Amino acid sequence: MTDAELHAEKGMAHQFEDLDQQHEADALGIWVFLITEIMFFGGLFAAYAIYRWLYFAAFDGGSHVLDIRLGAANTIVLLGSSLTMALSVRSAQTGNRRATVMFLIATMILGGIFLGVKAYEYDQKFVEHVVPSLDWGPEGETLARLAPGGVQHAEIYFIFYFAMTGLHAIHMIIGMGLLLWLVLKARKDSFTPHYFAPVEVVGLYWHFVDIVWIFLFPLLYLIGGRY
Amino acid sequence: MSQPIVPQKTYLLVFLCLIGLTMLTTGVAFIDLGPFNTVAALAIAFSKMALVILFFMGVRHSSGLVRIIVIAGFFWLALLMAFTLTDYHTRTWTPVPQAWSTGAPPTHP
Repeated sequence: MTDAELHAEKGMAHQFEDLDQQHEADALGIWVFLITEIMFFGGLFAAYAIYRWLYFAAFDGGSHVLDIRLGAANTIVLLGSSLTMALSVRSAQTGNRRATVMFLIATMILGGIFLGVKAYEYDQKFVEHVVPSLDWGPEGETLARLAPGGVQHAEIYFIFYFAMTGLHAIHMIIGMGLLLWLVLKARKDSFTPHYFAPVEVVGLYWHFVDIVWIFLFPLLYLIGGRY
Repeated sequence: MSQPIVPQKTYLLVFLCLIGLTMLTTGVAFIDLGPFNTVAALAIAFSKMALVILFFMGVRHSSGLVRIIVIAGFFWLALLMAFTLTDYHTRTWTPVPQAWSTGAPPTHP
């Protein structure tokens, strides 16, 4: 077998010496991208830290308007999707096409549930009139919760809430698109135990989005005590 | 291959740990620890992140080059956080000279 045939059969690009080197390059590439994403979200987290420090009472009040049960449930759903994603990569690694597709679809379903709950929560924000600039004007019980920290400052909290969860949701939607592409590719039997880099790379991206939520949950939903 | 196949059981165990930590962080929010509520929430979030990175993202089996990239990323994030917060925290410590042309005496805190 010539080198070219060997490359074609194993799904290896011609510039690489061997599969290990190709895998190393794939992993390095996606990690460099994820680092830029960390810095991207990092700016938001730094701004969040400053305003939370300046207007802690307002952030405390805003946090109490969110539904902690929905936040916790969504965290578990997203962690579940990370599990199915990891299992999907493992199935691709062992050459089990059926399981790869099944776990990818399970990941999409869990991601869909997460986004559905998020959409419901966003809708509730309109019901409670706590959407900055679009529908701002909390009343009754909501107002009573926000008043101690200053209603204007609570608006800053909700700007962070929407900016951070919104950016996270956009990443989830992109991830769902990538998963769909993987399902179509996997069904055509494009992956082998030698070549499953797309599944692995999308998996790393998906886990990263999960990590962002791991921080968003305590930082947005769990400010101040509920005792 | 450089990548070993991790048993399914490991992934399941990590997932159960993550669920346990999520319940723990939610539960801690209902206990009064004073300023340590925030410390606990962040400590749990960092533990969860470590589990996801090491096991789900497979950095446990990654090469030194990938590990250095990951560590450098978080180091830079730490710089971003540390210097931004230091700046905001200490801004009021130094008096800012202002309106010297009016002859007003400089203000000292």
